[in-house]
Amino acid sequence: MRTIRKGTAMADEMKDMVLEYVIDEYVDEDDDEEIGYDTPLISSGIVDSFSMVSLKVFLEKKYKISLPDNEATPEAFDTVNSICELVKKFQG
Amino acid sequence: MAYTDKARKQYQEQIEEIKSKGLYKEKRFICSPQDAAITVEYPEGAPKAEVLNFCANNYLGLSSHPEVVKAAHEGLDKRGYGMSSVRFICGTQDIHRELQDRMSKFLGMEDTLLFPSCMDANSGVFEAILEEQDVIIADRLIHASLVDGIRLCSAQYDTFKHMDMKHLKKKLELHSDKRHVLVVTDGVFSMDGDLAPLDEMCDLCDQYGAMILVDDSHASGFIGKTGRGTHEHFNCIDKVDLITTTFGKGLGGASGGCVSGRRELIELCRQKARPYLFSNSMAPPIVNASIKVIDLISKSTELRDKLEWNAAYFRKGVEDAGLCVRPGNTPIVPVMLYNAKLANDMSRDMYAEGIYVIGFFFPVVPAGAARIRVQLSAAHTKEHIDKAVAAFTKVGEKYGILGLDKKGIIDKYGM
Repeated sequence: MRTIRKGTAMADEMKDMVLEYVIDEYVDEDDDEEIGYDTPLISSGIVDSFSMVSLKVFLEKKYKISLPDNEATPEAFDTVNSICELVKKFQG
Repeated sequence: MAYTDKARKQYQEQIEEIKSKGLYKEKRFICSPQDAAITVEYPEGAPKAEVLNFCANNYLGLSSHPEVVKAAHEGLDKRGYGMSSVRFICGTQDIHRELQDRMSKFLGMEDTLLFPSCMDANSGVFEAILEEQDVIIADRLIHASLVDGIRLCSAQYDTFKHMDMKHLKKKLELHSDKRHVLVVTDGVFSMDGDLAPLDEMCDLCDQYGAMILVDDSHASGFIGKTGRGTHEHFNCIDKVDLITTTFGKGLGGASGGCVSGRRELIELCRQKARPYLFSNSMAPPIVNASIKVIDLISKSTELRDKLEWNAAYFRKGVEDAGLCVRPGNTPIVPVMLYNAKLANDMSRDMYAEGIYVIGFFFPVVPAGAARIRVQLSAAHTKEHIDKAVAAFTKVGEKYGILGLDKKGIIDKYGM
């Protein structure tokens, strides 16, 4: 059974939203993986560089931003925390 | 000369990094024709060893089949060695046309275009038929050549979870506003031996007005009752819009590939696909031999029937021995080990037992899903398979994994 491990810091709506999307989009229902804000996504193989595009499209639509390819790198997309930092940077 | 010491050092560091990650591909030399039993020099410089080959894509055992070799000789004698041209200038002979027509008939498609390889077919097909206002929706585990082709194309793309029809449906809904939607999948996935559920996929595509492309490289010639491929297996031949496949696996094992499908899509490939326009034609001996392959497998299902029997016999043998095998019904039988080092160590021990198999691990397969991928061939005899099962049993016993399931192996060796 997949589980969400949220951070202990104050509630962060964006982080929760991104985490929920990542789990829905990339984790199988019968997978027992525990995923949190700081779980490596790309380097651990949960998200690969090919399927990362789905996450990029989601972020651009949801937060009405445009992420250039040189910023939407596997490193920047490696954790929910780093993804949210990137989104905030482009939200201005 | 500008290959500076600095450049050399940087490249040496890259190679060392590959080695340090355990991803270095070692040289292995086959000193005999490709077959079920081969002579191998491995590691480089080591004495040659006679081993049984369980890691080739030689599914129908046609790589060294006497009639195929003879047809290659005839092609060489009648049409020469090479074309010295791309197809559309002066690189198309009558035998290229004949092979295309034969493939269209064999696969049940309207038209076919030959490419130098299936990698080239997959690199060229998407950019030829799709533009910015279109979208590709691909299974996440499609072959690397499809991924490259999709990335070369200006169309948008999205992915769905491996063989998850609910997720595909969701993505088809999400992209219903696009001009053309093309769903992309392998017919048989090369690492797991899974069969894509093409009947369900075609129904979904019908429902949402989407086209479907299937790479049937690990299926053409032997999946389906008469070996037409995954679309025959699922009884949806007329619903598949495009098939890409290779002559480098079941269909002879040399090289070359094709795109087969709807007439207009093939015509656009002929006009626009860059690997078709800018790379040499398939060589005449290979074309002539490929026609012979289609002859052989159209006349009789003997080879694909034998392959089916071999695969089932091997699968039962290793399952009965207590190895953890991924379920399936194709000639690709993954013996699951989960741990990369275990997969590597076991494949080395199997080689010492005279069985040539390879361990696969991340990033070729998902992390924690290391395995030895076994590929059966119609060229294997029952005795070959008995020997492979006996070797797996001996090596599996050495590592204490017989009778263990996924959890048991991971508890013992980690992921």
